[in-house]
This record gives sequence, structure tokens and C-alpha cells, in this order.
Amino acid sequence: MARTSPYLVTDYRQELKAFGTGWKRFGVLVAAVLWLITPLQVGDAWLFILNFIAVFAIGGIGLNLLTGFAGQVSLGHAFFLGVGAYAAAWFGGQQELPLVLWLPIAGLVGAAIGALVGPIALRLSGHYLAIVTLALLFIGEHIFLEWTSVTGGTRGVRVNAGLSIGPVDFTALDVAGTTYSREQGLFWLLWGLVALAAVLAFNIVRTRPGRALQAIRDRDTAAEVIGVNITRYKVGVFAISSAYAAIAGGLYGAALLRSVRPEQFGDFNGILLSITFIAIIIVGGMGTTVGAILGSFVVVGLPRVIERFSGDLPFLIQGAGDSGLIRVSQFNNMLFGLLIIVFLLVEPMGIAAIWRRITTYFKAWPFSY
Amino acid sequence: MSQFLQYMVAGVALGAKYALVALGFVIIFKATGVINFAQGGLVMLGAYLTYNFGVTWDLPFWVAVAMAMVVTALVGVVIERVILRYMVGRPAFALIMITVGLLFILQQVTVAIWGDDALNLGDPWGLGTFRIGDIVIQERDLWAVILAAAAVAVFFVFFRYSSLGLAMRATAIDQEAALAQGMSAKRVHAAAWAIAGATGALAGVTIAAGSASLDPSIQFIALLAFPAIILGGIDSPLGAVVGGLVIGITQSLTNGYQAEYLAFLGSGFQSVMPFVVMVLVLLVRPYGLFGTPEVKRV
Repeated sequence: MARTSPYLVTDYRQELKAFGTGWKRFGVLVAAVLWLITPLQVGDAWLFILNFIAVFAIGGIGLNLLTGFAGQVSLGHAFFLGVGAYAAAWFGGQQELPLVLWLPIAGLVGAAIGALVGPIALRLSGHYLAIVTLALLFIGEHIFLEWTSVTGGTRGVRVNAGLSIGPVDFTALDVAGTTYSREQGLFWLLWGLVALAAVLAFNIVRTRPGRALQAIRDRDTAAEVIGVNITRYKVGVFAISSAYAAIAGGLYGAALLRSVRPEQFGDFNGILLSITFIAIIIVGGMGTTVGAILGSFVVVGLPRVIERFSGDLPFLIQGAGDSGLIRVSQFNNMLFGLLIIVFLLVEPMGIAAIWRRITTYFKAWPFSY
Repeated sequence: MSQFLQYMVAGVALGAKYALVALGFVIIFKATGVINFAQGGLVMLGAYLTYNFGVTWDLPFWVAVAMAMVVTALVGVVIERVILRYMVGRPAFALIMITVGLLFILQQVTVAIWGDDALNLGDPWGLGTFRIGDIVIQERDLWAVILAAAAVAVFFVFFRYSSLGLAMRATAIDQEAALAQGMSAKRVHAAAWAIAGATGALAGVTIAAGSASLDPSIQFIALLAFPAIILGGIDSPLGAVVGGLVIGITQSLTNGYQAEYLAFLGSGFQSVMPFVVMVLVLLVRPYGLFGTPEVKRV
């Protein structure tokens, strides 16, 4: 019997396989090896940046479900990040629950609030939804400011949530006599969680709910006509996306910032944070799970890299008295705008589309298409 | 009673500023179908240009305002020509995000040029006030109302009597039909951005008037104008004015009375109030008070 091409799919079970081809299995193996050895090879300063990227990738995967797959615009992602951070501070810090409890609880709180907001999304679409989710940022900041017993008001609150699973403390790993630094331990924890989040999202989108969401995105009336329960899926995806954001927020607070204040999630900073996530999925590729991770590398990683090398870029002003055209933070904010505009104009499906084009070229070789 | 009237006066003045910002949003949305998040950037740019012409170059105030309006209008046209023309027919999400990207660029360029200290706009009104009975009215507030009213009057005349205005109305109703009748969609889109730029500059001047009131935070007032346009309906100039006034008055009354009667809502509630009103109105009327409902065809 002749060997069939791995790309020839003859039954449904095969179509649904996550890692059907040898190359994909090889890719997973490479990723796993990289995950294990990167902390051993890379310095703490770079690991800190990579940990930042991991947290934003988790939130980005969630927003991609909502925006990339279901086509709902949300500018309120930063609010749910805040919810997660304060949930971590309260359940993980004040109540001293362990990581395996406070992280899911943060996700559940986010999901519950997302499900409350979801019904508003049902009545609105496109432009109106974007502006209403913007309102979340302002109303949310007000609540964060006023609910002082949980949030500490303007002074903020320390997020003392534990980062250990059972006896394994990721902030001070100690394996077989070797002690690892906080950044190394957190790298293993956070990127492990990214993998978990990505696999979960991937399973959602390649099965029935995922196809329902895409049908809603492409034309909601048509989806309704063929029997997709729009209410259920729209509210559901809002809740799931909010849960992802809240989990990312909890990790953002507990692992990276260690103390949070309301203004980090409201007003200008809130909008900046929400836009960061949107930039991540636009740059990475909307409607692809891996896109959020790739986008996070560019959108979150690039500004940090620029900060580190700002001394070598003559047009950037580092501190007072330095000459140049524009301050580093301003340049980075502007870079967001530029990245969004350039990608939307030139490559609307993001880096994932470029990657797909390259692989298609080699798959189809020697034919051009 | 006089206290109530005082709050109403403040509310109307605030509302007039919102209405001016909102008019810029509405005209772009009506003509091109784009929600322009960068309008706040145009407002900011207009105010800083007025400062540059009036204070740095020492030109008379009204000349500076006129020049700022012209330059901001040109910036609007350039944005339309260079970026948004290539986005026609793309999904709402892409259009919104591209204007958000523009907002970030306009904002950072403005701060890079003029810095982020509070500046004096150099307007002739300053902190001058006059009285009618018990009520104190600030001169700059009166001018905000006059300028907003003038802008609305000009809008009305322009759309009602000029051929370009007619073309804009036709394009707003049905772009293809308008094209078939020989109206240039390109001209209409460019004109919409120019008018929005000029209106934005005017709005920026009314917001930044007074002593040391010009700083980068004035772009946020444009965000507070969102409730106004949503309340009035995204495609209705009349709605923009009514929405602006309702939001302005609500905010002013909240500022005056909430601490006394609804203290449990917390301090600073007046800046959240517009958004609360907006969400409530949208739950009852998803297309605003004067907006056109979207028709779903199967």
C-alpha cells in the first residue's frame, strides 16, 4: 500500500487531532526542551522580560478567544486584569490560600463578572460595544478606589499571594541541592501555565464551541439561523475570556508587580493595558492560538528590549539632561500605535499568517501554490 | 435654588464642550462609518497649536485659533488620505483599532513637542467672571457655549444648503448610490476629516481656556465625550448636542449633590457618572436617543 501524505485527511477523528503531523510533534518537543533549558542559559534580567511576556500571552490568548474567534471588541480587558490582581491579593494574600486555590478562584471571579457584563454585549455590537467596554475601565477604577478594605484605595495593596505548588516553591526552587533564583523558578511556572492556557484554548476553538464562535463572528444572523445559541456562546466567551484575563492579572500582581494600585488598571494606564492586549493579538494573528504568544513577544518584549538598549539609540532620551528627540516611554507608547497601524494595513492576520505562508510554500514545493 | 442654577450653568458649559468634541466624532462616523478614537488627539493637537501660534509666536488670539483650526483640519485630511483610505470596507474592529493607534501617535508626538507641563493657552478670558443675580458665570464658559452654538449653526447651514453638505448627507445614507450620482466619496471623506479636525481644535481651545489649564490630560475629556455621543446616537449631530448637554448637566449636578445625598457612592463619582448614564441608556435603547436602529436582514 502506498504511503499517504500526512496532509491527506480522510476521517473526522484525524481532522480533530491536535498534533497530527510529525513536524508538529517535533515542534512541541522543541518547545518543551526550550522551556526546560532557557532559565539555565539566560540571565535574570532577560528572564524577567520573558516572564512578563508569559503573563501577557495568557491574557492575550483569552482576548483572542473573544475578539479573534467570536469577533467581539473589548477595550475593558485591563479591568479584568485588575479584578484578577485584587482577587490574588485578597484570596492569596489576606486569606493565605495556596496557588492551586487562589489562581482558579481569581479566574472564577473574573468569569462571574464577565458573565454579568456579557448580556450587555448581546444587545450591542461593534462600535457601541467598544465604547461600553471602555466604560468598564472607568467604573472599575472607581470601584477599586472606593472598596478600600480589599483594594487598599489609592495607596494600593501588596500582593502577597504564594507562588508554590505543594512543597515546591517557585520563588526559591531547590532541586537536588541546586538553588534557583526567583526569575528562573517563575519562568518554569509561568510558561508552564502559558502552555496549559494555550492547550485549553486550542481545544475550545477546534471543537464545537469554537466553530460556533467563528460562525457568530462571520455573520451572527446566519449563525442564529443554523441553530447556534447566540446568547449562550456570546456570554460564555465573554466569561472565559475574562477568566483568562483575571488569571493573567493574578499572576501579573503576584509574580511581577507584587503590589497594585487602582490607577494601573484605569484611565490612561488602563487604556494602554487594554490596547497592549489588542496589539498583541493583531500583531500575532487574530483567530490563532499561537498568535497571542508570538504577538506577546513582539508587543511586550520589544519595548523592554528598547529600554535596555536605549543608550545605543541616539534619538531616545533616557533621563534628565540627555539629548535626543523623544523619551523612551513616549517612544514605546508610540510604537504601540505604529505596530497596530502597520500590521492592520499591511498584514491584518499578523505574524501567524506570515508563518503559514512560509510553511505552505514548503509543503507545496515545487509548486508555487 | 440659586445653587441649583449655578450647577446648571456649570453643567451647560461643560456640556457645550462635550458637544463640540462629540460633533467631531459624529461627522466622521456619519460620512465614513469610522468611530474616531483619535478625535481626542486632534482636540489636544488643536489646543497646543493654538498655544504655539498665540503664545510662542505672539499672534492675536483669534488668529491663532483660526490657524490652529486650519492646521488641525489639514492633519485630519492627511490621516484620511494616508491611512484610512486604505481601510474602507474593513471590519469595525480594524477601523476602531487603527484610530486608537493614531491616538497614541498624536498624543506622544504632541507631548514630545510641547512637553507635559501645564501651560497658559493665552486666551483673553482667563478667570474673568460676571454676575447675573446670584449666579456667577465664568467668561470662558460663556464663550464655550457661544462657540458650540455657532458651530452647530454652521453645521446646520452647511449640511442644509451647500452642495458638499448635500453630498455628505447622500454618502452617509448610501455610499454606492451617491457614487452612482457622481458624488466623490473621496472628497466627502476628506471633507469630513477636515471638519472634524477644525471642530476638534475649537473644542480643544474651549477646554484648555483659563489659567494653566493646557496639559496633556485634556485628551481625556474626549473620552468623557463618548457617553455623550452614545447617548445621543452615534450618527446624529442633534444627538451629539443633546447628549453633550445631558452628560454635562448630569455630571455637574452629581458633583454638587452626590456627596450630600448619595455619599455611599464614594468621592469623585462625577467622573464615572457619564459612563453609568450611558450604560443605563444603552440597555434601554441600544442605538442611543436619536440614533438610527440597525436593520437586520436575513
